[in-house]
Amino acid sequence: MFDVDIWQEILATIKKNKMRTFLTGFSVAWGIFMLMVLLGSGNGLSNGVSENFKNQAVNAMWIWTGETSMPYDGLKEGRPIQFHNDDHTLLKNMKGVGAVSGRFWMGNTNLTYQGEYGQYTVMSCHPDLLEVEQYEIIEGRFINEVDIRQRRKSVVIGKDIYDALFNDKDAIGEYLKINNIPFKVVGVYTEPGSTRNRTANVPVTTAQTVFNGSNRIHNFAITNEGKTLTETKAIQENIKNTFARKHRFDPKDDNAVGMFNMMEAYLETQKIFNAIEIFIWIIGVFTLIAGIIGVSNIMLIVVKERTKEIGIRKAIGASPRSVIGLVLLESIMITTIAGYIGLVLGTGIMEVINLFVEKSYEASAATNSGRGETLFRNPTVDIGVAAMSTLLLVISGTLAGYIPAKKAARIRPIEALRDE
Amino acid sequence: MITLNNIHKSYEMGSSKLHVLKGIDLTIDKGEFVSIMGSSGSGKSTLLNILGMLDNYDQGTYHLNGMHIVDMSEKKAAKLRNELVGFVFQSFNLISFKNAMENVALPLYYKGVKRRKRNMLAMEYLDKLGLKEWAHHMPNELSGGQKQRIAIARALISKPQVIFADEPTGALDTSTSYEVMEIMKEINNEGITVILVTHEHDIAAMTQKIIRLKDGQIDQIIRNGDLSEFRYKYSKELQTA
Repeated sequence: MFDVDIWQEILATIKKNKMRTFLTGFSVAWGIFMLMVLLGSGNGLSNGVSENFKNQAVNAMWIWTGETSMPYDGLKEGRPIQFHNDDHTLLKNMKGVGAVSGRFWMGNTNLTYQGEYGQYTVMSCHPDLLEVEQYEIIEGRFINEVDIRQRRKSVVIGKDIYDALFNDKDAIGEYLKINNIPFKVVGVYTEPGSTRNRTANVPVTTAQTVFNGSNRIHNFAITNEGKTLTETKAIQENIKNTFARKHRFDPKDDNAVGMFNMMEAYLETQKIFNAIEIFIWIIGVFTLIAGIIGVSNIMLIVVKERTKEIGIRKAIGASPRSVIGLVLLESIMITTIAGYIGLVLGTGIMEVINLFVEKSYEASAATNSGRGETLFRNPTVDIGVAAMSTLLLVISGTLAGYIPAKKAARIRPIEALRDE
Repeated sequence: MITLNNIHKSYEMGSSKLHVLKGIDLTIDKGEFVSIMGSSGSGKSTLLNILGMLDNYDQGTYHLNGMHIVDMSEKKAAKLRNELVGFVFQSFNLISFKNAMENVALPLYYKGVKRRKRNMLAMEYLDKLGLKEWAHHMPNELSGGQKQRIAIARALISKPQVIFADEPTGALDTSTSYEVMEIMKEINNEGITVILVTHEHDIAAMTQKIIRLKDGQIDQIIRNGDLSEFRYKYSKELQTA
C-alpha cells in the first residue's frame, strides 16, 4: 500500500483542489497551533511562579510567637509566649526537622561604613538559615558555627547594602558599624527571586549579647523532611504540640504560636497549575476535534465528488481496500502535514516569545542585582508533548478519514457510472 | 466463453419491484462480435452490467470463461474485472485529472505493474490507436473520438478476453462512430470477444450477431454473417453479369 504510486495519486488530487485542501489543513493546523500556544503559555506561567518559589526552600516553615487566646491549664488568656535558646535545641532534635535557625530581630538599624551610612534591617540567625532561605553567597561565607560559639561580631550583608555602603570596594574583612558597634563583614549574599537584599545577618548569640537579648529568640525558620503534604502537616502538628506542652498553651490556640508552611502554599499553587494545564488540554483537544471534524466533513464531500472516479477505478479493477487506502491516506496526509505546520509555528512563536521574556528578564535582572522579577518564564512545550501531538495527529487523521473511506468503499460502480 | 442460463434480475423501486430481466438464456463464443439492441428499458444495460460483473443477478447461472460467477466478494470481482474484461462507456469515463497516458495505464496500476513499465505499455497502446502525440494531454483537451480511443486503449491494456462497450458511439458523430467501430472490429479480429450495447441500427449492423431484447427477454437473434455472405454473393453475381 505504501508505494510511490499511491502518493502520486494523492498528490494529484490535492494539487487539483488546492483551496479545499488548504482550508481543511488550516483548521487542523490552527487546532494544533492553539494547543501549542496554550500549553506553552501555561508552562510559562507555571515556570514563572515556580521561579518565584525558589527564594525559599519549598520545605521551609516559619514559626513565630504571639499571645495566647484561650485559657489553658489554669493560665489566663492574653499571656505572651517567648522562645528561648533551649527551644532551638528542642527543635533541632525533633524528628522530621532539618535545618533550624532561630532569629532575633532588631528592626531598623543604622549601618555605617566610613563616610557612608543607611538604615537597614539587622537579623540574627544560625548557620542553617542559609539552607532555609536559599541565599546565594556572592562573596565570602555565611555565618558559621564558630561565629555562634565564640559570639563573634561577624556580619553577612545583602547585595543592596554592599552596593550602597562599599561602592564596589572589597568588603570582606572590613568593619561595618551596626548601631556604632563594629562588625566584621564575612560575606555578601543575594536572595534568589527577591529584589530587595537589604538585610544584614549576624550570629544569633552575638546579637543576644550585644543588643541585650539575653537568651531570647523571636522566631524560627526551619526546614522539614516531610516529602508529602500529609507528612509536613504531621511534623507541623508535632512541633505545635511540643511547644504547647513546653510553653503551656492550648494546642488548638493558633495565636500563641503561628506557623507558615511553605509546602502547603507551594502545593496549593501547584494544584492550581495542574488544574490550568488540564483545562488547557481540554480546550486544545476540543479545538483539535473541531479541526478533525472539519477534515472528516471535507473528506465526505471529496468522496461524494469523486463518486464517479471511484466507480471508474472499481470498474477497471480497484479493490475496496485500495479505495479505502486512497481516502484514508489523503486524510492522514492532510492532517499530518497541516498539523505539523501548526506544531512548528506554535512552538516557534513560543520560542520567539521566550526570547523576549528572557530579554525583559535580563533587563529587570540587571537593575535588580542579578535577579529578575517575572511571572512568565520559559513558555515552551517539551519534546514529549510535541511527539505525543504528532501521534495524536496521525490517529486523528485516520479517524477523520475512516467514515468517508468506508463510504467510498461501498460505492457501487454501476451507480457511480450511470449517466445522468 | 459466456453462458447465461435463465437469468433473472429485478430492482427495488421504493415499494414496487421492477422486473428487468425475465429469464435470459444466451451463449456467446470466444471471438464473437455481438451487439445487444433493444428499446430503452428493455434491460440491455442491466444485462451488460451483469455480464461485466458490475452487478449481480437474482436467479439463474452465469459462467464466464468456464467460471461460475456467483456471490463474489467485491475484492474478487475487482480482480476478475481487472484480469478478464475491459469496459468502454458512452461518456468515456476518463479520470479528468490524469493525462491520456496515465488514464490508459491505470488498470495496470491495480494489477501491480511498475510505473515505468506500465507507462511504456500505455504509450504502446496509444501509438496503436494513433494517439501517441496526445499522450500528455488532459482529457478535457481532447475530442470525443480521441477520448473514446483512449478509453479503448485503457480497456485493452490489461489484455482482456472480453470487451464490454455500453453505447460506445452514443456521444459521437457518425464519422467518428464509424472510426470507433473500425477499431472495435480490429480488436475483434485479434481474437477478443466484443459485446456492445447500442440502439443504432447501422452500428449494430457492423457486428456479427445482434441480440434483440424486448421487455427483459430475448426477442430475436440475427446472425449478421449470413447477411453479409448473401450480400457478397449478390454483388459477385452482379459483377459477372
